[in-house]
Amino acid sequence: MIAPPKPELVTVNIDGREIAVPKGTNVIEAARLLAIDVPHYCYHPKLTVVGNCRMCLVEMGMPAVDPATKTPILDPASGKQKINWSPRPTIACATNASPGLHIRTTTPLVKDCREGVMEFLLVNHPLDCPICDQAGECRLQEQATGYGRGYSRYIEQKNVKPKRTRLGPRVTLDDERCILCSRCVRFSQEVAKDDVLGFIDRGSYSTLTCFPGRQLENNYSLNTVDICPVGALTSTDFRFKMRVWFLKETDSIDAESSVGANTVVWSREGVIYRITPRRNDDVNDTWMADSGRILYKEVRADNRLAGVTVDGLAVLPAAALAAAAELIRGGGVAVVGSGRSSVEEQFLTRKLAEAAGAPAYLVARSGAGDGILISADRNPNVRGALVTGLIRGLPAAALTELAGQIDSGAVKTVVAVNEDLVAAGLTPAQLAKVKVVYFGTHANPTSTAAQVVVPTLTVFEKSGSFVNQQFRLQKFAAAVPGPGGALDDLEVLAKLTVAVGGKLGETPLYQASGRVELNALWELIGQAVPALGTVRYGNLPSTGLLLDGTPWAALAFPEGKTLHYTPPAAPAAVPAP
Amino acid sequence: MAIITIPRKPLTFSERAYLPQIAAGLRITLRHLFKPSETLQYPEERPSIPPGYRGAPTLVMDPNGREKCVSCQLCEFVCPPKAIRIAPGAVPEGSGVEHVEKGPQAFDIDMLRCIYCGLCEEVCPEEAIVLQTQYSMCGTSREEMVNHKDKLYEMGGTLPDQHYKWDKKKAAEEAGNAH
Repeated sequence: MIAPPKPELVTVNIDGREIAVPKGTNVIEAARLLAIDVPHYCYHPKLTVVGNCRMCLVEMGMPAVDPATKTPILDPASGKQKINWSPRPTIACATNASPGLHIRTTTPLVKDCREGVMEFLLVNHPLDCPICDQAGECRLQEQATGYGRGYSRYIEQKNVKPKRTRLGPRVTLDDERCILCSRCVRFSQEVAKDDVLGFIDRGSYSTLTCFPGRQLENNYSLNTVDICPVGALTSTDFRFKMRVWFLKETDSIDAESSVGANTVVWSREGVIYRITPRRNDDVNDTWMADSGRILYKEVRADNRLAGVTVDGLAVLPAAALAAAAELIRGGGVAVVGSGRSSVEEQFLTRKLAEAAGAPAYLVARSGAGDGILISADRNPNVRGALVTGLIRGLPAAALTELAGQIDSGAVKTVVAVNEDLVAAGLTPAQLAKVKVVYFGTHANPTSTAAQVVVPTLTVFEKSGSFVNQQFRLQKFAAAVPGPGGALDDLEVLAKLTVAVGGKLGETPLYQASGRVELNALWELIGQAVPALGTVRYGNLPSTGLLLDGTPWAALAFPEGKTLHYTPPAAPAAVPAP
Repeated sequence: MAIITIPRKPLTFSERAYLPQIAAGLRITLRHLFKPSETLQYPEERPSIPPGYRGAPTLVMDPNGREKCVSCQLCEFVCPPKAIRIAPGAVPEGSGVEHVEKGPQAFDIDMLRCIYCGLCEEVCPEEAIVLQTQYSMCGTSREEMVNHKDKLYEMGGTLPDQHYKWDKKKAAEEAGNAH
């Protein structure tokens, strides 16, 4: 990989402290590096700068130079170069770092500016925080507290604008709360490439609305809710569900495709309320698709498997594992792993397949890529199966090879890990010919046909890691506990592997609670997979770890170009910016 | 530590004489015998509740019969013993108060947890939760001691509203301020 050119550094002075930043960095970002907060609404690091909220006004100055001789003018009092301060404030978001730039953010002028801007923004604001879903994560609340004047002088009638407007299937708009920052407009134009939002009317009557006959229905519409600094755009799904200050944030990964968008799962007392994107500049910036935000509904789905069964009868987990081991010891076994399982589970699936002397298959899952944050490979972790050695090549579109072996009678038992075999191409008649051991979360034709059914955990209920399309190893953490009766996939796989005669190293794998200790498991993975030698779950950075994908460079991966990912075979193979 | 010895005071003559002390004691007894009684025959007699008393928290309606709570969940957040549980929800269209948008679907106060601190009343931005005068709660199960929404409104009744904030809001919405 060619190293990107080193950015040219320039030194700027903010509130008397100097910092070297890459040329072109704007003052808000430069001040952020010095932990100086420059309040802003319309500026967003991943969108173009428009400078229409005026909240980030600061004082700017440049070193004085004699116009005739171009020599620095010295200040006789200090002996240093004199700074010519601009008589008017300037907006920090549109001021880029240049050599010698001086910025003041704490002067009375700046304070007056912020108070003035806050006062104008609050003139027509309905102040309905008690019923506003944004309360608790609202920039207007935070900055009114931090930089506002603290009381209102406004006695006139406030403007009336449309409330409870349905902007699209997933977004509700309250125009009275809108501060016209245009982040949503710019997002729709620049990132979603679906230009549907705009302002109508002038002055304080300006109103955000959809273009006539259009609605905000693209698969990225809920990002406008995330970037809305006030409560104007709210998620219809999350509307009036729960206050954000009650919610616990858990870092997770979007499992809907191999992009692996970084997410935050918001839960309270074991119930997930929403999923929002988490910033990762190398994967998803600050965005994610709407389709990934409703995945949490699978956690409380009606068809969630409730208990361990053998031949339809409820048994204890140990009895089910014994029954599964008995079937596997009978020989003629095939293991069907999943591209939706974590790296850890795929490693243990491989161990199980090796212990059983069985071939391992993976189920391909594909769809159309949208070129932004959904790729053609709808499995989040096919590359994890390659890295851990569960499979050698890319999974076939359907399990035709396995189907042939079932028909010929070579395979008598199929272990399905989190995959519906009927959906993967086997016919119910073929399933009826074999004994099926099913580990999975939801009821499906495979669980109905299976002799041994062990309910396991969804991605929100367990910790683990995925390898995304860039070969970036990213971890996710358990947000909520699993339902009663469900077992940890790792525990099931590890115990079954040992039960059929496999070896899982010397280090104790289990915690006192009976759960598999991830770092201990990663020691095993590190021993078996040299590329992951020193990687542990505990030392994975939150932004992910880029693995070397060259051993699999010859494989024809189905992904097309998405945000921050260019397929290597494409003609213009440039490294992701 | 130094030990300070405190000498016992010698008894006075009247104390040593014994009978004057008996007489003084009897005088106090006789005075209380003929004084009006301070004892309240609870529960037949009830004490008068002073203003500002913090009894059981209740939910109140405004004079128009609108439930004042908008389920902002600040009381649930501030409640030190976590006695309050709210399930927020949208006000249904066609109810006449849909401009309020949000209201509680369920509102539970666990009176076994409540410590009558009054923080919920203090934090409420809508003046919807009020600690009133009821101080004696009893029940035969834990479930019985949880006051649900209908019970809370029954206990709370209607309190005069000085602001009519949402009525003003609706009037402004109907009058409009468009150009």
